[in-house]
Amino acid sequence: MMEKQFPSKETAFTQAAAMGPPRLGAFAPELFQAERVDQTNTSYLKKVWGALSSIPQGLAVTLSYLFNPKKIVTRQYPENRKNLKLASRFRGQVIMPHDSEGEHKCTACTLCEKACPNGTISILSTTSVSGKKVLGQFIYRLSQCTLCNLCIEACPFDAIHMNQEFEFAAYSRKPLDLILNKKEGRT
Amino acid sequence: MQSTHLEQIQLEKTHPLGEFLRANIPEPFATLFNLIVAAVCIVALVSFSVLFLVWLERKICARFQARIGPNRVGPFGLLQTVADGIKLFLKEGLRPRGSDAFAYYLAPLLPLISVFLSMSVLPFDHNLQISDPQAGVLFLAAVSGLGVFGILLAGWSSNNKYSLLGGMRAAAQILSYEISLTLIFLFIVVLSGTASLREVVFSQAGTILDWWIFKIPLVGLLAFLLFLISSTAELNRGPFDMAEAESELTGGYHTEYTGIRFALFFLAEYAHLLIASLVGATFFLGGFLAPAFGIPGLEFIDRALAQIPGFLWLMLKAFVLIVIYMWFRWSLPRLRVDQLLDLEWKFLLPMTLLTLALGTSFLGLGWILP
Repeated sequence: MMEKQFPSKETAFTQAAAMGPPRLGAFAPELFQAERVDQTNTSYLKKVWGALSSIPQGLAVTLSYLFNPKKIVTRQYPENRKNLKLASRFRGQVIMPHDSEGEHKCTACTLCEKACPNGTISILSTTSVSGKKVLGQFIYRLSQCTLCNLCIEACPFDAIHMNQEFEFAAYSRKPLDLILNKKEGRT
Repeated sequence: MQSTHLEQIQLEKTHPLGEFLRANIPEPFATLFNLIVAAVCIVALVSFSVLFLVWLERKICARFQARIGPNRVGPFGLLQTVADGIKLFLKEGLRPRGSDAFAYYLAPLLPLISVFLSMSVLPFDHNLQISDPQAGVLFLAAVSGLGVFGILLAGWSSNNKYSLLGGMRAAAQILSYEISLTLIFLFIVVLSGTASLREVVFSQAGTILDWWIFKIPLVGLLAFLLFLISSTAELNRGPFDMAEAESELTGGYHTEYTGIRFALFFLAEYAHLLIASLVGATFFLGGFLAPAFGIPGLEFIDRALAQIPGFLWLMLKAFVLIVIYMWFRWSLPRLRVDQLLDLEWKFLLPMTLLTLALGTSFLGLGWILP
């Protein structure tokens, strides 16, 4: 009965994956909508019985958690690094995928740069041999990035993505200033 | 045979250790020495069990919520409480500006006084009790209410609205539920015909069915449930933890307390939990008596169980009750203040009076288990 009301983690994650890129409140609405029962016409005794019978229900749920170690959801991070499973909606660092010929889809339109609230992205464009404006350097300052996904949503060419890397600790800002494109000035 | 053995134990009211001291040390010093030994034992018992209980609460609460709980400091996280205690000892003790210094420093001590006074009358084993006054139950009811002074003073002297609200709520709650609790104490006194805690335990001698929870059919169980509810409220624990209610009062009456003084409140809270469970075990579950089943042909089980010291039996029963309290706390949502007082005055109080009337009439009519 409880499984009906609260979908398990796996179902919630597959649903979220099917929904595509997460929007606020779009993820697993069942989790946020409690079943509301209209009690205005319920008799007093029924209300009392409902209250009394709900106490053992709640106690039974917690007791089942106490005796089922398999239901523990905690993940012990440094120990489980090898087989860490992240939800598909988890947003890590911004990357720029390159195809097999080393080409990317970026046209240096700077929409992502304008969408970024923190000034994380700087696009330095250059001119190609044919006189066309092309991407020179895609500078991404990870130290300023809040991983908010706005640049990904702004990109009309699907040129940038977010991967699931999250271990960024460094002793200075310098190693966190990344250039996402591999080659300069080609299209 | 069982009963004569018990009567013999009942006559020997002193512990062999106390006798040995009295025989070897001249009189005024022997009593003083005995008292010091008793005080040290109680302080050790309270501090060690609180260390364990805080760990147990965190661990069990975590498991109830499908988490793991403390598991880094020591085996199974057992030393977590010690680490937290050391941290609290090293913290700076602050006093808010405009607070009443005398009351502010006095308040954390009062709940502890209540703890140690209650401990001094509880029977831990057949011959292990510091003092056995004739009106032990009355004494217990009186001193267990002392803790509320500490909470009120803390709330009032902190010069903070959250503290004041928390203290006032706690006082209203404890004073209300004290009535039900005392009526249940009265129920036990009426049943066992004595107000001495030691005699209350011995009145439950025999098999499991002679414990007061089972002896009066159903009424005993009802009284036990009422005891659980009203003592949970008396302890300011969830679902009745209005005094702390961290979502609305940040920390309740101990919002402004830091370091060692906060630790004292915390210590008293868990020591009160231990005392409530010990009292529940003493009144309803046969106290330090070993459970006997009295099944013909299987008496050897009863004899084997009786070999385990009574102190361990009492602690085991109290442990079961503590787990039940924790189960309530981490399963049920918190009540509102008006719901809380409604529950006491409109439901629990009539129910305890009814239980008292039912219990006495069952006893008068002889409707008790043989």
